[in-house]
This record gives sequence, structure tokens and C-alpha cells, in this order.
Amino acid sequence: MYPEYMRPSLKKVEETRPRRFELQKSGKPVFPPMSAQEREEVLKRFHPDYRPDALRQVRIGPNKGELLTREVADMLEAHSRIDPSQFNLDRPDFETDILIIGGGGAGCAAAIIALKHGAKSIISTKLRLGDANSMMSQGGMQAAVTPQDSPTRHYLDAIGGGHFDNKPELVRALTEDGPEVVKWLEELGVIWDKRPDGNNYVLHGGGTSRQRMHSCRDYTGAIIMRTLMDEVRNHPEEILILEFMPTVELILDNKGRCAGGILYNLETEEYYVVKAKATIIATGGYGRLHIRGFDTTNHYGATGDGLIMAYRAGAKLLYMDSVQYHPTGAVFPEQIAGFLITEKIRGAGGQPVNRHGELFVFPKEPRDVESAAFIRECLERKNGIETPSGRVGVWLDSPLIDMLHGEGYVAKNFPAMYRQFIRYGIDITKEPMLTYPSLHYQNGGIEINARCETNIPGLYVAGEASGGVHGRNRLMGNSVLDYNVFGRRAGQYAAEYAKRVRLGRLTLNHVLEYEKELKKAGIRTTRIAPILLPLYTPEIVRQRQLTARYEGNLR
Amino acid sequence: MAKKISPKKARKNPSPSLETSVLAEAREAERLAEPRKMVTVYIMGKAYKVPAESTIMGAIEYAGYQIKRGAGCREGFCGACATVYRLPGDFKIYTGLACTTLVQDGMWLSQLPSIPAHKPVYDIEKLEPNITAFQQLYPEIFRCVACNTCTKACPQNLEVMEYIQAAIRGDIAKVMDLSFDCLCCGLCSIRCPAEIVHYNVGLLAKRLYGRYLSPRSAELERRLQEIRSGKYDQEYRKLMKMSREELKKLYYARDIEEEKE
Repeated sequence: MYPEYMRPSLKKVEETRPRRFELQKSGKPVFPPMSAQEREEVLKRFHPDYRPDALRQVRIGPNKGELLTREVADMLEAHSRIDPSQFNLDRPDFETDILIIGGGGAGCAAAIIALKHGAKSIISTKLRLGDANSMMSQGGMQAAVTPQDSPTRHYLDAIGGGHFDNKPELVRALTEDGPEVVKWLEELGVIWDKRPDGNNYVLHGGGTSRQRMHSCRDYTGAIIMRTLMDEVRNHPEEILILEFMPTVELILDNKGRCAGGILYNLETEEYYVVKAKATIIATGGYGRLHIRGFDTTNHYGATGDGLIMAYRAGAKLLYMDSVQYHPTGAVFPEQIAGFLITEKIRGAGGQPVNRHGELFVFPKEPRDVESAAFIRECLERKNGIETPSGRVGVWLDSPLIDMLHGEGYVAKNFPAMYRQFIRYGIDITKEPMLTYPSLHYQNGGIEINARCETNIPGLYVAGEASGGVHGRNRLMGNSVLDYNVFGRRAGQYAAEYAKRVRLGRLTLNHVLEYEKELKKAGIRTTRIAPILLPLYTPEIVRQRQLTARYEGNLR
Repeated sequence: MAKKISPKKARKNPSPSLETSVLAEAREAERLAEPRKMVTVYIMGKAYKVPAESTIMGAIEYAGYQIKRGAGCREGFCGACATVYRLPGDFKIYTGLACTTLVQDGMWLSQLPSIPAHKPVYDIEKLEPNITAFQQLYPEIFRCVACNTCTKACPQNLEVMEYIQAAIRGDIAKVMDLSFDCLCCGLCSIRCPAEIVHYNVGLLAKRLYGRYLSPRSAELERRLQEIRSGKYDQEYRKLMKMSREELKKLYYARDIEEEKE
């Protein structure tokens, strides 16, 4: 239930709704889309990445001297969890063809395809299989399937959305494999929303020039992720799933090739050595670093573990100066602050409006532009609505959707969103939602090519942990596609590589070298990474936890 | 979440929304002056005072626990945080997700770290989309006594018993539709006197529906043929060679497809 003081503003939204409904029905843009110059200006002035203290130089490692997101640079300039001298690498606890680090969408897709190419794998995952951002995507997956669309048009949309910084070969792989992924998932049992003629029902997303977002109601990620997990679990002889067993360091061989990893049992606190012919990092993103103090849409384990492991082993990172804030994170009620409100709401006709009930931005700008426009509306123009706990946001007018598509459309197509709000007495078919940008996606990551290879032989990366696919801004629906396209590719190419590689002697020397580099650069810190779990213990409790060590949740 | 609700913390790490909002500052001051309303909850039997507006997950973290099992997406999609609880003066067992259920004074709660449940291994290519799939893999569903306890336990308010009954009739489409929003938290299965693993039955039905019963897209087949025949190769090569300026020009001149129902 909204507090009384918000009523006058809600009333204004109601008053302007009929006019905005007519506008929406016309099919034309309800607000003029921004030109290139307007986009640049609003980004420079309001996007959090452009704040003066958003970036800092990283002092060690392959990207030394480069400006990175401050919290990322902090994580990279941290100690390892392990002392390499305590490990006997000649006697691994497990041996396998491929070590897959991360049990989300990319990891599961990789395991399934690797098996098709004859490779067995171990999935090392920090929480349960499927505890990943993949599970949470609501809106859908982009793929150019309709006759008025084409993969090359999808290419242009993606590269423009990414400010032309995307690696061309990766965007081609993403967009050209798209239709194949739609089919592959359907054959595994994913239920796409359909039109009566059997073709897939598609909608617009921010920054798309054609309607190409395929969906499974607003549980798209949950349906895809559970299908992939179920398929992985149908091969217990070939795919070993190790839950609550994150990988905390990579192992190399004496020729500098990736040869597996050190795993940590979160519950018994034992460490294990896994020897693998090839390794795939599929650890996802870093929302739980709460960059610039932002709330996040991300799952509990999104702490960027793959970045630091790969970096210590010598892998190069790309575009780690760029963070995606999803325009529509929830800001009210407090209990769901930061939660994702799917872009599909705008895709279906929901409009962002200010406290006066007026439109102030084209609802489907690329995410960074849309977010910056929200921030401008709240901070500069003071047209936001404050919450009782001191947050601020703009309305996302959802009642328009049933007006446009008929009563019952929201209940049928947005069951998750409806549930999220009705628990707190807000019926989104009758009242708007209050939204503000929320930390959503790691635009950059470990640099890969179209075969998911890194500069370290035998190390592959897929999904949000990788960098280059989305340039400096990802479009909606391209991440679900990304983890499928590149998860599949990583599985295939890693399996082929695993057949021919002959590993040498295993080593953790790179971990020792990295420690030396830290010291040489004069970095004195108690930070430990990978972080594994975020810390939400109140200060007063922490002061009494005298024998616990909480940097990186290490005891 | 506990970190985010603490007003002290919010001041130390101002989010951009707080930086310039004068009105917000005033409200914050008001809040600080007024002591927070607290309630007592019993986490695994031990009493803790937590803010009255907390979710169960927020309360557990506020009390000082570092959750390992029992938290996943934290937004009601993954089903990692199944919780059972009782309330004072009430004999009933309640169920909910820790991430989306609010605490109540006197609540006595326990999270379920994992749900023991079997998942038979199968090859989807060798199953048929009818009752035989359930007979083969989940014969125990035919023991359903229609008590409806599963439905009462569902934090998503799904008609769980109805979809098990539909499975008994071999109605795959109905099982799919009714179980679509299932989070696989397992609370139904832990309460079932017939020892059914409802959520895995739902998952099987969904996969069978998608694989065999969902209508196929003719547009998709045409597009796949076009891609295989190399129809887009030349245009890709052209686009990939373009300079940033050329791409920019092309990008900003795109026509946008009108939205239509």
C-alpha cells in the first residue's frame, strides 16, 4: 500500500493516463527518442559510471594502469584465499575433461554440449545448481526470427546499444546463433509464448528496432534454467555436479595452460584439487559488490569470482569500466528495494512517468540512457517521488498494459511481477510501480573470442563473466541469448581442445607471483578474493564476532 | 537486505538518490529520531529482536547469521529459501519463502537447507507426451489422496493438487499450465502424505509440453534455412568491416517497427 502522501502524485498519474493510452495505441513513439548527441549528454551528466570517483587505476596484473570500476579494482588488488605450498598438485582429488566453474545457464549449456562432443565434465558451483542470475531473468531472450527482422539487423541494434565498442566477431556469433538457440531450447522442452499460428510471440525491448524478444510469461529465465538443469541431471555418469563447492583459484601447467582449479567446500571448509584438460569460467556477474552503494537485482552469489581467478592467472579483462544499471529496479516497498521489474513491462506498453504524471523519456531507450534519464528526472529536475526511507523514484505506469491488451493480460503474462507487489497490497493492474535504476549487469569481463578462448590456452569463458559481447552497454534479452550462445560454444570448443591437449606439470606459481606483485606495488590490504558471499551482518553483531574473520568471509 | 535497511548504513554509503534529495534527508532524520519498531522471532528456537518490517531472510541476517544454504536469488524465483514456521497461539504449520515472507511477532521458524527428493534420469527423446511418462517415472503420483496439503503449502499459491490430478489423467497441457510458475522450493513435497515430488512432476510435464505439444514456428524454420544457406554472410562481412562512423550513421537511421497487437 502506498503511503498517503503519495496519493496526490498517484492521482495525477491517473489523470494523464487516458491521454497517454491514446498515444500508446497510435503505435508511434510516445516520447521522442534521443539523438546521438542527446544520449551522450545525458550519459555524461547522469550515468553513475561518469561520476568523478567511479573509476580508479588498477596497479597490478594484465590490465595494470587501466581505469576500472573502483570496486572491481579493489577486488583485483586482494590476496588469494590459499597458500599454494599446502597443495600437492601431483595427486589431484578429481580428474576430468572439463572443469566448469559456475552452475548457471552458461555452465549448464556448456556441460550439455561438451557431452555431445564426447567430453565429461565437473560443474563446480558455489551455491546450488541454478542459483544464478540466469534463473531470475524475467523478460525474455532476443533472437531475430520474424520475416521483417534479420540477424544482421539484430547485429546493428546490439552494436549501437553497446556504443559501437562490442567486438564484431562476438556480436556476429551472438546474433547468428540466436535462431538456433530458440530451436535448441524448444527441443529440450522450453515453452515459448506462441501466437495462434504457432510462431513465437515477440515484443520490443529497449533499443531494439524490431520486435524480437521471445518469452516464457515472465518466468523466462526460470523455465530455461530449470530445463537446462534437468537435462544436466539426466547425465549423472558424465557430468559431476559439486554444489556448495566454489572454485577459488585456477591451476596452470608448466606451459602456461589452464589445467583445472582449487575447490573449496563451503560447509566443511576443505579444499580439493581438480585436474582438468580444459576449464570454462561461467561464474556470472558482480551485482553483490553493490557498486556505488546501489541496490542490486542480482542473486546472492554474484560476487565476480571468475574475474579475480582469471586475472591472477594472467587473463585480460575488457570494459571493466562499465556497469549496467537496470532502469526499473523497485524502490518501494523497502523489502523489495533493488528487485528487478522486467523491461517487458515497458515492452508491453508500460510507461515511465514523473511525479506530475508526465512522460519524460522514450520508454525504450537502451538501458544506460534510460537509467540516466531516470536519474536526471529525480536529481536535477526534482520530479521524482520520495519514499519513507529516503529513496527516490519515478512511476512505471503498469495499469496501461491491461487497457492495451485486455483485462487478464498482466495476470497471465506477468504473474511474477503481480505476485511481487500484491504481497504488499499494491495491485499493479490498478496502480503504478515506483522505480529507480538498480545495479544489474557486468557489461565487461574476461576478454574472449568467438570460440570463447582467452589469452590463456585451455581457459574458456562464457556468459556474464566474459567481456566484449555487449560493448559498454547490453540490450535487454541479449544476456539470456549470450549465456546460451557462448555456453554452447565454450562446451564445444573446450571439448575439442580437451581431446588433443597433453598437460604438463601442474602449478600454482601464478598465485605466488601475484602476491609478489601486490607487495612490489606497495599494496597493503586485508582484502581477500574471490569474495564468495556478500556480508549483510549488522555492524553491532560484527563487533562481537571476535574469532571470525569476515574479509571474504574467511574464518 | 539487512545492510540496506539500516538507516545508519544508508547514510554512510549514500546512493546517488540520497545525495541531493533534501526532502529525503528530512524524512531520514525523522526516521532516526523515532526508534524502530522491533519484534521477537525464534530462529531455530532462539529468540532475536529484529525490525518489524523485515523479511524472514532479512531477520536471519540481522540476527547475525551468514547464510550459506537458504538464500539464492532473494527475489522469489529460485526456491532456495523454503521456510516452515508457527505463530503463537496457533496450532498450524505455515510455509513460505524466507525472501518474500515478512516476520511476525512470536514467529517460530526454521529454514529447510535442502529437500530430499528423487529425480529419475530419463531421455526426453524416448518418452511420450502422455500418461505413460508419469507411470514410468513417477508412479507414486497415483497414490495421491487428494488431501490438498500440497496446495496449502505452496508459497506461489499454485493449484498443486490439481496439477497432480491432471498428471494422473495424463493431461500434460494442464500440468504445464498450472505448474508454470513453480519455483521448485519443495514445500509441497515435504508436506505430502503420499510422498509425491510434485515439482519434479511439473518440470517433466513442462519439458514434454515444450518438446512435443507446443506448436512449431514456421518462421523459425525459414530463418534457420536462410542462415545455413549463407544468406547473411555478405552483409555480416560488410557490417564487421565498417568504421564506427559508418555504423553510427546506419544505426541512427534505422526504422523502428511499430508495435501492434
